[in-house]
Amino acid sequence: MDWILGHLDDIGGYTVQHAWLAGLPLLLGLAVAVPLGWLARRRSWLYTPIVAGTGLLYTIPSLALFILMPLVLGTRILDEENVIAAMTIYTVALLTRTVADALGAVPDDVVAAATAMGLGPVRRLLTVELPMAVPVIAAGLRVAAVSNVSIVSVAALIGVPQLGVLFTDGFYRDFLDPIVAGLVASALLALLFDLAIVALARVLTPWHRTPAAARSGSEAPS
Amino acid sequence: MIRFEGVTKEYADGTTAVGGLSLNAPTGAITVLVGPSGCGKTTSLRMVNRMIEPTAGRITIDGEDTATMDPARLRRGIGYVIQHAGLFPHRTVVDNVATVPRLLGWDRRKARDRSMELLERVGLPAELARRYPHQLSGGQQQRVGVARALAADPPVMLMDEPFSAVDPVVREQLQDEFLRLQAELGKTILFVTHDIDEAVKLGDQVAVLRVGGRLAQLDAPGRLLADPADDFVAEFVGRDRGYRGLAFRPAPPLEPREEPTVPLGAAPEEVRRVTADWVLVVDAGRPVGWVEPRAIDAPVTTDRLHRGGTVARLDGSLRAILDAALSSPSGRGVLVDDDGLLLGTVTASAVVAALDGVPRTDPVEPPEPVER
Ligand SMILES: Nc1ncnc2c1ncn2[C@@H]1O[C@H](COP(=O)(O)OP(=O)(O)OP(=O)(O)O)[C@@H](O)[C@H]1O
Ligand SMILES: [Mg+2]
Repeated sequence: MDWILGHLDDIGGYTVQHAWLAGLPLLLGLAVAVPLGWLARRRSWLYTPIVAGTGLLYTIPSLALFILMPLVLGTRILDEENVIAAMTIYTVALLTRTVADALGAVPDDVVAAATAMGLGPVRRLLTVELPMAVPVIAAGLRVAAVSNVSIVSVAALIGVPQLGVLFTDGFYRDFLDPIVAGLVASALLALLFDLAIVALARVLTPWHRTPAAARSGSEAPS
Repeated sequence: MIRFEGVTKEYADGTTAVGGLSLNAPTGAITVLVGPSGCGKTTSLRMVNRMIEPTAGRITIDGEDTATMDPARLRRGIGYVIQHAGLFPHRTVVDNVATVPRLLGWDRRKARDRSMELLERVGLPAELARRYPHQLSGGQQQRVGVARALAADPPVMLMDEPFSAVDPVVREQLQDEFLRLQAELGKTILFVTHDIDEAVKLGDQVAVLRVGGRLAQLDAPGRLLADPADDFVAEFVGRDRGYRGLAFRPAPPLEPREEPTVPLGAAPEEVRRVTADWVLVVDAGRPVGWVEPRAIDAPVTTDRLHRGGTVARLDGSLRAILDAALSSPSGRGVLVDDDGLLLGTVTASAVVAALDGVPRTDPVEPPEPVER
């Protein structure tokens, strides 16, 4: 306990670093998954290759991905870009199917109405399909956020500082305090991400907060 | 005018959805496409705004070949209404209606004003404007769908079973309002339905399609009922077409009989003095219902009235007049003038006797382009 109180600054710094390494890839991954998921919907023969292909990325062990990244990107092994890129890949792996299915769940008659009013495919995506897909995409993002917060710790093994460093430190010194601190901070961070995504989704979907009309089937004569 | 010239749509799997369809939908008139499920109605409609491209033939609007027009521009000039309205659930009612004006670059203020004006026009109170579609009843959603399609005042409207997802009472109300609106606006309308009653009620002309998208008959509704082109059309038009056809036959010259009446609030003795049979009650000259003298023990109030009888205009259709007679508890059908004031009554046998004197088929030819 004394150790924790004495190292609050370090723990805080690691937490911020951890949030950055896990959070930025959420945004980058979403930015990649949206066009991919859209493409999978627009060309039905692309659906399986895209969705299955991106899904497979999630099976690459994280340590292997962190080590491979410098070879692919030409970065140095200690650069945080490696971690960001690797976490973006995991986010894409989790979100592409979600986005494709969320877009697929937009009712046909809504899409038909939008098309009939002269909205082109891109405009339709941005102004109709994506706004309607927000609740489902947000659910996918929550999963990806928790997954990212947990996977990022492995980057401690390649020397990129974040909360994972506390686990290796505790392990090498056979000392429980840093490990407990790391676990609690990770859990709080994951919770924070979750709340932030839920709040954002709420702001973006005002129509979900209004009570539905009474299902009377008929209406009062006017 | 929308003109189909030998239009065919074959899907990749070999289905011929529409086969060599040729027809004209005259400017300012309602042309109804009717036929059994899968006969290519939706496909025909969607080829007009190029949501589906024909595999052969061409479609022109006022002489211009749609294939040469930019699809987005073409579509913004065509209102489109579908079965479940297809409203955007994430936009308020007023923003839904303003969609096309905004696409056309109108400023926010102008689009909103136009939107509010249209909501009023389709009979929706202004306080619904801020709601989201799921907060409306099915009938209200459908009205918003119509308002949205009308927003940029397109000369052409495509309507795909717009009223078939609401219950019969609301449907009838929507149909009546639609006819009233069309009388003001005079749009060129292609209207799809599988309901022959709706087709003959709304159509200036009705095209019956058979499976494979082939035209079986194109005629004015009265002629369709009176003179089906073949067995398929006869079958499709239905059994009691003779009776329903009366709706399109002009009323014969009928002499309404004078009907003794009592005013609302009349005392029981007053009612019994008129006749022992059913007595018609009027309020300010308008018929409001029938009462049975022996069932009355207090001054006549509206909740004591028998309201089973329908009321017909003397210059209305034969069907409405005959129905007034058949539905009346006294057997005497109530006739009124254009202002709803009582003219008298007529019995079913008098109507049928008069029927023998009127021509069986509607003399009207298929409608010319109508100016309204
Ligand atoms: N994308 C498609 N691929 C293959 N066949 C299709 C396709 N779309 C429609 N069809 C077929 O074309 C025919 C006409 O379909 P369409 O939707 O125009 O019928 P409809 O008259 O509107 O029917 P309904 O009253 O049921 O709405 C049907 O046999 C249908 O199965
Ligand atoms: Mg259809």
